[in-house]
Amino acid sequence: MSENFDIAVIGGGPGGYVAAIRAAQLGFKVAVVEREHMGGICLNWGCIPTKALLASADVYSKIKHAQNYGISVSGATYDLAKIVERSRGVAKQMASGIGFLMKKNKVTVYDATAKLVKGTDAPKVIATAKDGKTTEIVAKHVILATGARARVIPQAGLEPDGKFIWTYKEALVPDTMPKRLLVIGSGAIGIEFASFFNALGSEVTVVEAVDKIMPVEDKEISDFAQKQFIKRGMKIMTSASVKSVKKNANDITAIVESGGKTQEITADRIILAIGIVGNVENLGLEELGVTVDRTHIVTDGMGTTNVKGLYAIGDIAGAPWLAHKASHEGIICVEKIAGKKVHPINPRQIPGCTYATPQVASIGLTEAKAKELGYEIKVGRFPFVGNGKAVALGEAEGMMKTIFDAKTGEMLGAHMVGAEVTEMIQGYAVGMGLETTEHELMETVFPHPTLSEMMHEAVLDAYGRAIHI
Amino acid sequence: MPVDILMPALSPTMEEGVLAKWLVKVGDEIKSGDVIAEIETDKATMEVEAVDEGEVLEILVPEGTSGVKINTVIARISGDDASPAKPAPAAPQVASAPAAEAAKPAAAPQPVAVAKTDAGERIFASPLARRIAAQNNVDLKTIKGTGPNGRIVRVDVEGVKGGAAAPATAAVTPAAPVATQAAKAPSTIAATGYKEGNYDVIPLDGMRRTIAKRLTDSFRDVPHFPLNVDIELDKLLELRKQLNSQNENAKISVNDMIIKATALACKKVPEANASYTDEGILIHHHADVAVAVAIDGGLITPVVREAENKGLLTISEEVKTLADKAKNRKLMPEEYSAGTISVSNLGMFGIKSFGSIINEPQGCILSVGAGEQRPVVKDGALAIATVMSVTLTCDHRVVDGAVGAKWLKAFKRLLEEPLSMLL
Repeated sequence: MSENFDIAVIGGGPGGYVAAIRAAQLGFKVAVVEREHMGGICLNWGCIPTKALLASADVYSKIKHAQNYGISVSGATYDLAKIVERSRGVAKQMASGIGFLMKKNKVTVYDATAKLVKGTDAPKVIATAKDGKTTEIVAKHVILATGARARVIPQAGLEPDGKFIWTYKEALVPDTMPKRLLVIGSGAIGIEFASFFNALGSEVTVVEAVDKIMPVEDKEISDFAQKQFIKRGMKIMTSASVKSVKKNANDITAIVESGGKTQEITADRIILAIGIVGNVENLGLEELGVTVDRTHIVTDGMGTTNVKGLYAIGDIAGAPWLAHKASHEGIICVEKIAGKKVHPINPRQIPGCTYATPQVASIGLTEAKAKELGYEIKVGRFPFVGNGKAVALGEAEGMMKTIFDAKTGEMLGAHMVGAEVTEMIQGYAVGMGLETTEHELMETVFPHPTLSEMMHEAVLDAYGRAIHI
Repeated sequence: MPVDILMPALSPTMEEGVLAKWLVKVGDEIKSGDVIAEIETDKATMEVEAVDEGEVLEILVPEGTSGVKINTVIARISGDDASPAKPAPAAPQVASAPAAEAAKPAAAPQPVAVAKTDAGERIFASPLARRIAAQNNVDLKTIKGTGPNGRIVRVDVEGVKGGAAAPATAAVTPAAPVATQAAKAPSTIAATGYKEGNYDVIPLDGMRRTIAKRLTDSFRDVPHFPLNVDIELDKLLELRKQLNSQNENAKISVNDMIIKATALACKKVPEANASYTDEGILIHHHADVAVAVAIDGGLITPVVREAENKGLLTISEEVKTLADKAKNRKLMPEEYSAGTISVSNLGMFGIKSFGSIINEPQGCILSVGAGEQRPVVKDGALAIATVMSVTLTCDHRVVDGAVGAKWLKAFKRLLEEPLSMLL
């Protein structure tokens, strides 16, 4: 059977389904081929279900510290199975919403695995359903949005074993509450799980290969967060790497090397969060001659690959591996196909969020990176303890930091750690998108009392004008 | 020390001009105050005086060249050897004192948000683009924006100032903006599809370009609406006859009376004598009535200042003088800029009624049709009256419907009971 479309999207995650909807809005006839479930990792095994877990952990922490707010609660316990059930329910609800959106936009969805073969306008897509039935999809444009998966290192024994070693996928549906948990990797995924299990009582150790946790963040923010995590009971080892693992009868021992010395850390479970690899296999990319660099397809930043009619967006098209970057790339790619005026995403304007306790959010250059690039900079800082709302909420631990080009006043970066910062970073994203200078931010009236006032203060501080410190 | 002579800005709205005529040639000795060239601006022809002494070394822009941007080097003179090197070349000044004010090249934009040009045309540019432009003395007016809706963004300015900008620039492809610029270029003759030889081409002079730009901007950007009213003129015509019979030397026209009534209506309803700016609405203290004058190759609106305080005879004489100057393109910028309300009269062509385009930044423009005998119903009986239809086009940002109506009511009463103009 052969079907014709204007645009075929391979992968129904936040890159693929958003591209499909935008394409439908622009009047294209669109198909999506998804091998597992609409919504991709983000909705089903990533962003959303982890936020549900962390929400449960947050409620539990709040109850445990209720006496700080003058409320007595005794005997608070949790039920891991119910926490997980809630998380799965949230994921399911959101994923079914995507199904509705596909119908609403008249996008044809194939529950099938895709493989590309040579075509005329663009490669042809052979979609094979679970029952073995194949459909040949002939589209003028094919967008690859197959995403990525957890990186594993089988040589060191670092791969899921069905018991002791988890990736995010197993960690989202834990069979047990590990008494001792070793998290390898301290990026957003590792730190969020570390934070979740720590809040529920696990003894958590985080091992990070570079010299600071959350390597992409500003050093000052990483250090601040690290102190907070340690205060909450986590153990953190930086400049350390796991050389091998040794499985025991009831637990697992990791051999960790740090500063030339090795030590053994025994845990009930290990979570692997050492990065991701692009899903580039079994798609027929080699036969088509698609340029792939270390599991990522090379594009021009607007999705165009070296093969006519073939595009790639999201995780498979390279870092940063973020859902919102994938969605935005999907839109840019489709609009370019439609002949609209587009330009690639400015990587400096993609915010990043980590939903640990405390939260971390950032956009743009770190202080170190700005200096490395030769900017003369002005740096502003503001502590949560100087903000009335933060203190009233009992969230006085955190800070905001801004970085400006001293010459032009361009906002180069902003970094935050503390309560609700993930909801605030967008304010700076809007400003940077509109090419703000410090002046406009200073002139903006921020509502009182809000945590967002600290955004104002952090800007004022960069120019020696902060009011409340 | 050679001194550059720059194309001067002879009016606030001038962006470029035609170098109409050179009055000096290479080798001539000139001294400060000598008229060296004639420049045709968007509004008038003006003389350029030298401010330095010396020998004319080079003439860089031949006469007859159009589209010469302000601050372009048009000639070079030897300068005064005794004097120290000038840090910045001086621009020539125009003859008359008030105009000299406008002749200074536009100062470098201030670091913080120059939201408008002198003429009130808003330039859309990002804050960062503005600041980088200011730091590099780049005139935003000369830049085509490639951001959303043509907004000038950082890369556009950096493209102009050229070369090493910020240490690391954003990942924006240079190809896209260039392609866009080409696509947005003014429409070409070829693109019209008319067969060559079937038409004559009239080059766009400064005035035509200004008309095209200002009126397009106004029609597109100002939320305008018309209000119509019929006005009986019999009493006015009677009064005019009486006035003119007592005055041998000057004849007052209906138009003069309309100007006077316009000014008085502005005093009665000051909220209609207004201008919109993003920083606030200006309610003008005086009615500076701009009168549309058709001239060869376009039109211009000289201004009768404080018309509410002037008698009909004064207004009449002033309009005559201004119209003559306009026809000879000799109006000075201060004679045609900063009116607060406009009057356009096509009655003499028999036009019954029409609507004009708002003359920004003025809030209203009055379009006056022909006075003619029409049947009217008076006290239930058919009668004949001399009736004129007028249309007030209002900028809704400042003049709401009720305000415009109130103004027209006052205006109508002044004309229908003309003696009230004398009160």
